[in-house]
Amino acid sequence: MAFKQYVLVCGGTGCESSDADGIYRNLQKEVEKQQLEQDVQVVKTGCFGFCERGPIVKVLPEESFYVDVTAQDAEELVTEQCLKGRQVPRLLYREDESKEHARIEDISFYQKQFRVVLRNCGFIDPENIEEYVARDGYQALEKVLFEMSPDEVIEELKASGLRGRGGAGFPTGMKWNFTKQVEDAPKYVVCNADEGDPGAYMDRSTLEGDPHSVLEAMAIAGYTVGANQGYVYVRAEYPIAIDRLRIAIRQAQEYGLLGEDILGSGFTFNVEIRLGAGAFVCGEETALLASIEGERGMPRPRPPFPAVKGLWQQPTVINNVETFANVPVIITRGSDWYTKIGTEKSRGTKVFALTGKINNSGLIEVPMGTTLRDIVYNIGGGIANGKEFKAIQSGGPSGGMIRAEYLDTPIDYEHLQELGSIMGSGGLIVMDEDDCMVDVAKFYLGFTVEESCGKCAPCRVGGKKMYDILDRITKGQGTMEDLDRMDTIGFSMQRASLCGLGQTAPNPVMSSLKYFKDEYLAHIHEQSCPAGHCKDLVKFTILPDKCIGCTLCARNCPVNCISGERKQTHVIDQDRCIKCGMCYQVCKFDAVVRQ
Amino acid sequence: MKKINCTINGTPIQVAEGTSIYKAARQAKVKIPALCYHPDLPAWGACGMCAVKIEGSNKMPRACATEVQDGMSIITHDPELQEVRRSTLQLILSTHPNSCLTCARNQTCELQELAAEFGVRDMPFKMDLQDIPQDDSTPSIVLNPEKCVKCGRCVNVCQEMQSVYALEFLDRGHEVRMAPAADVLLNDSPCIKCGQCSAHCPVGAIFERDETSKVLRAVRDEGLTTVVQIAPAVRVALGEAFDMEPGELSTGKIYAALRRLGFDVVFDTNFGADLTIMEEGTEFVRRFVNGEGELPQITTCCPSWVDYMEKFYSDMIPLFSTAKSPQMMLAAMTKTYYAEQQNLKADDIFHVSVMPCTSKKYEIVRDENMYSSGSQDIDVSITTRELARMIKSAGINFAELSDEEADRALGLYTGAGTIFGATGGVMEAALRTAYHLVTGADRDKVEFQEVRGLEGVREAKVDFQGTEVRVAVAHSISNVSKVLEQVKEAKAKGEELPYHFIEVMACPGGCISGGGQPYGTTNVVRRKRIKGLYADDTDRQLRMSHHNPAIAELYENFLGEPLSEKSHHYLHTSYTSRPVYNK
Repeated sequence: MAFKQYVLVCGGTGCESSDADGIYRNLQKEVEKQQLEQDVQVVKTGCFGFCERGPIVKVLPEESFYVDVTAQDAEELVTEQCLKGRQVPRLLYREDESKEHARIEDISFYQKQFRVVLRNCGFIDPENIEEYVARDGYQALEKVLFEMSPDEVIEELKASGLRGRGGAGFPTGMKWNFTKQVEDAPKYVVCNADEGDPGAYMDRSTLEGDPHSVLEAMAIAGYTVGANQGYVYVRAEYPIAIDRLRIAIRQAQEYGLLGEDILGSGFTFNVEIRLGAGAFVCGEETALLASIEGERGMPRPRPPFPAVKGLWQQPTVINNVETFANVPVIITRGSDWYTKIGTEKSRGTKVFALTGKINNSGLIEVPMGTTLRDIVYNIGGGIANGKEFKAIQSGGPSGGMIRAEYLDTPIDYEHLQELGSIMGSGGLIVMDEDDCMVDVAKFYLGFTVEESCGKCAPCRVGGKKMYDILDRITKGQGTMEDLDRMDTIGFSMQRASLCGLGQTAPNPVMSSLKYFKDEYLAHIHEQSCPAGHCKDLVKFTILPDKCIGCTLCARNCPVNCISGERKQTHVIDQDRCIKCGMCYQVCKFDAVVRQ
Repeated sequence: MKKINCTINGTPIQVAEGTSIYKAARQAKVKIPALCYHPDLPAWGACGMCAVKIEGSNKMPRACATEVQDGMSIITHDPELQEVRRSTLQLILSTHPNSCLTCARNQTCELQELAAEFGVRDMPFKMDLQDIPQDDSTPSIVLNPEKCVKCGRCVNVCQEMQSVYALEFLDRGHEVRMAPAADVLLNDSPCIKCGQCSAHCPVGAIFERDETSKVLRAVRDEGLTTVVQIAPAVRVALGEAFDMEPGELSTGKIYAALRRLGFDVVFDTNFGADLTIMEEGTEFVRRFVNGEGELPQITTCCPSWVDYMEKFYSDMIPLFSTAKSPQMMLAAMTKTYYAEQQNLKADDIFHVSVMPCTSKKYEIVRDENMYSSGSQDIDVSITTRELARMIKSAGINFAELSDEEADRALGLYTGAGTIFGATGGVMEAALRTAYHLVTGADRDKVEFQEVRGLEGVREAKVDFQGTEVRVAVAHSISNVSKVLEQVKEAKAKGEELPYHFIEVMACPGGCISGGGQPYGTTNVVRRKRIKGLYADDTDRQLRMSHHNPAIAELYENFLGEPLSEKSHHYLHTSYTSRPVYNK
């Protein structure tokens, strides 16, 4: 049954946390109340990506794009847009005040994007398998089961050039082939949905918006390598993703697309969910497998690789969510089509979670080879609050900092590595002039130190020592010998840590040392933080000739350490000041200075 | 086995398929440094010291965990590897206290050895020690977490080798620690005090409770008659602490050394072993021939095994031999029979046992049966390692000592008594005497080769002149369930029992590699020690417990006969269920 109008509500975690469900329920009630249910369908979908302005409601076919919607807006939206056919101007997105509202495809945020992985995200109801099927879902599975041999699937994957999206970029076709070639049973297919990089939510959004794409790919992998059992390892902090995945598995079973004798092909494949307790290291594949087995989540030496000896020592294909989500499209549309996207060595697209000091933070998908400048300025809308761009950090805590002069680098595995960073799973964090690179390095290292499992000495001890040194530097107590020490530790960690967590943990430090050494030197030699961020090194003072005694700073100071009569010069009590910078931000007369 | 070719630092070498780079290097006489690796355990890959390079790869894989592939070119040493290893070692050292001078592992510490090997002269990284109190809740072993280097050996020993799961990794990152699971005290954990963790710990983080000062105080006390006994396994291992070969028999030197240390009377646990066979063998015959009591009978000489059984198999208590261990039998006879002979009161005697075992420290206070003389039957039990330290500090030149004899009353032993120290030895000794008890004659061939060896579980069908006796031997607790579950299953189904008699020893190889033995035990060392014991057996004129004239005297003058009322009072014990984690 076709409807005349579709009202799509974003049901990603971000919008859900801003009451998207309330908006959805109110819209439904309103449609019923106004007896429009024959013509209008309200759908809760996965993430639209434009998280900066959520909750978002889209109305098709008009392409109305409403932002910052609340549940109270439902009545007006239905009455105006659905009943009267008029848009609600006050909720419509405008890129800036001067511009008219644009069609969705004309919005700059979406213009340079190309959705392969997120093809269904934001269009279908992830809790309804029929909507997935209506958009060619499970056609790839049917095709491989009845028209392709396992070898042909592997050839197609190899031809597509698909590489693992979990971070290391290993060719997926080769990986599957390793497992296929091992003569052993049983074999397993594991989906790594233990996304844990700070600020990253690519995999969560894919699972929330299009869980069947992952299930379909896992079944294809099972058929290809000869496995009948799959596990999705997803962190317990992703309740919406888990719910939708559970529903998807149940529906796929009901439709005969998972379980015994799929589509009468004789092929059996089951998927179970395993919940992770949130340890970052469990995203490392051998630790993840240990966790599924019920062991403490600690990495094991590789080789042997999971492809040969994985879950319960059996051959195991393990890919991350985004890698799997690519597979059905490659099968249905063919590798010829897929290889047209991206660069020569990095085919296809990449999903990023774009966050930090940027105007349009959100979930984006771009063809490989898109430049960082396009991402930051066209899609991301530039730096927030008119500040100066300083660096972009890719690859989460395993990645490095990239300076402004490299903004025209096309993003792919090789180029990022050349710059001392990595693709990682797809976190992109933008930093501006107020960010201290030493402190940023300390933040990331602090994360990996906290998340280290503690098994191997280089990571367990080295990470902590390096963190302590960074801590000293941010307090103005660092020495030049400390920089040498970090170099020594970093080298040992990179070479002798047992798993990827420890091997890459020094990257933010090493790359910031390379590209922002002057900031380190300023902390060490001058005990000053050029970005004015490190609390122990900054001092806020009020210039008597500029202060007019408006009392705004004193009223905003959270520790009441600013004194002064009305219309008299104010003074900051340095002993009590916590360097929060609030006075600096609120002063309208530039009377507060940061030194 | 298929052979493959590789080169190590350019030198071609052929190794068996499946060989690790670490072992291949050893074969090529190249030593790769390692701290967490131990040949008894699966490669763990924690320390990072054994990182090597493989031509064509920019990674540094672990030599311990990486198998050699055909055609591999391995580089074990170059300036970059040296740099990585040295700084990794310095990182480890920065979390380890500099208290070598007063450490239990001074000069036997593997970390100390590495630091010396690398010539570490500076500590570039700030010291950062974990402030966790010592756990000395058990009578046997002490945990000192501050010294732990997180190599994981103790946890792997406890879980993989022993299936006890008392120790676990707690917390993570730089706060990770090896501790009793659920963060209870070790004594409240499932720990069975086998001490294998202490024997495998590369540093002084887990060690036997040192009780040498109690012994020294006693031998100085003029009013006390100090009596000492040595266990079978001590005589083939103590010499290692004095540069003798593993397995080299030093019984006579040990007796001499003990007298130099000031002990008044020197007995031998082997006598107690012969006595155990008389009691336990008779008990078996009663169960097997007369049907008095349940089968299979399971041995109980090993206190760690008894502890494990009371915790995890208490439903099988009726199957357990009630006979005390040789140490406890000898002790009970010392403070009663021998005391009577010497006109001494039990309290006038201070009895010390020298054991290869940390668990024996627990056994001496296990329950009220260990006080059968009216006083604590054994006052102190020390390990082989502790005795070695006492001999060294007393300035005794052990290797040069002339052999002496034990005191005869409770010191004479047969070959059956001495093989108690090896896995299968108790079974073999029991079979030698049981055969006699059942058939009325000695077996022509003394040895029962079928129960010997290092296989985890060994089964045999023994012919007692037409009667089949089915026996099983298991060592390392991880092998025990394989045997006991079969018994349980047969009993549940009402089927014929798979075995009549089962021997269990908690430690791999038996007491010869007990938790209190000299450091550095591997299967190579185990085999040598076992060989030493069997050689001692072969060299004896008397090789069956029932032939021991001192045993005959003891029954004649004091006990009456095996399983007499007096025997029951002094030589037998009882068991109770001890559920874990109920505090």
